[in-house]
Amino acid sequence: MIVAGIQPQAEFVHWWFATGFLILGLLLLSEALVGPEIWGRRPWRRYLWPGFMFAMGVLMWPVSTFFTNSTIHMVAHGMWAQVLMLAGAAELGVARGKLHSQYWRLTSALGLAASGVALLLHEQNHWLFARAAFLHHTLGWTVLVAAVFPLVQALRPRSLTASLGFATTFVVIAVLLYCDRDVAPIFGHLSFYAGVPHR
Amino acid sequence: MSADIAHDLKAKTEAQTWRARVVLALGPVTSFAGIIWAIVQPWRLTLLHPHGQGLYWLIAEPQLYVVLVGILFRVVLAPGIVADLEEHG
Repeated sequence: MIVAGIQPQAEFVHWWFATGFLILGLLLLSEALVGPEIWGRRPWRRYLWPGFMFAMGVLMWPVSTFFTNSTIHMVAHGMWAQVLMLAGAAELGVARGKLHSQYWRLTSALGLAASGVALLLHEQNHWLFARAAFLHHTLGWTVLVAAVFPLVQALRPRSLTASLGFATTFVVIAVLLYCDRDVAPIFGHLSFYAGVPHR
Repeated sequence: MSADIAHDLKAKTEAQTWRARVVLALGPVTSFAGIIWAIVQPWRLTLLHPHGQGLYWLIAEPQLYVVLVGILFRVVLAPGIVADLEEHG
């Protein structure tokens, strides 16, 4: 009861995570632009985005724990927490020099693919049910298709297109999450069953 | 100096300059996007009309988050990245 009283609305949490993904996107974009050698000239910078990604995975656990309005919703958030932590930890290992293979980038591809599938599976309403439903579908397909970028990076680590695509994916995720509202119309459509929209 | 080497050096410097400009522009472009968003949807910026708003509504200011991220990136990270690019690129 106390937790429910102080628990933020889901849209706030989505905006906070959107900010995290925006930061990730900017970090990855700048690394893609200058290249990993220049990016890694200052050792702390090598740990920046992998550490940030890992921290976002850790912060996803309270979301999974407290936002329990449906089981599949809870399971999906728990899975995002795991894949964010897995990809972040693998990249931290590469940054530290403990892991050497370029194929560790496949953890990011796995993370994006699994996240996309989870987004699509845990949204059970149609595209124009409400804005949240539309965003779940859009995010799901975006993330699923974008899994190709880290896949290409694992095979061709110097590919600028793949690096920029991977970075841009996080900016797009941020934009879509910022668009989220708890109950709001999408292109003028809002199902009667979605609830009453607020400002 | 050989004309070929000079041409290569010039091309390399131009690429570095182009990349440095983009890195320096990332933050301001992000902040500008946040400002445009605030102008287009001022009702989502509850600080403009704070009376009767709860704590979370006053903390959750997505447009300001975007502006802040852009400023922080430009001030904290971009100068070091560009300095390294110019020194070691």
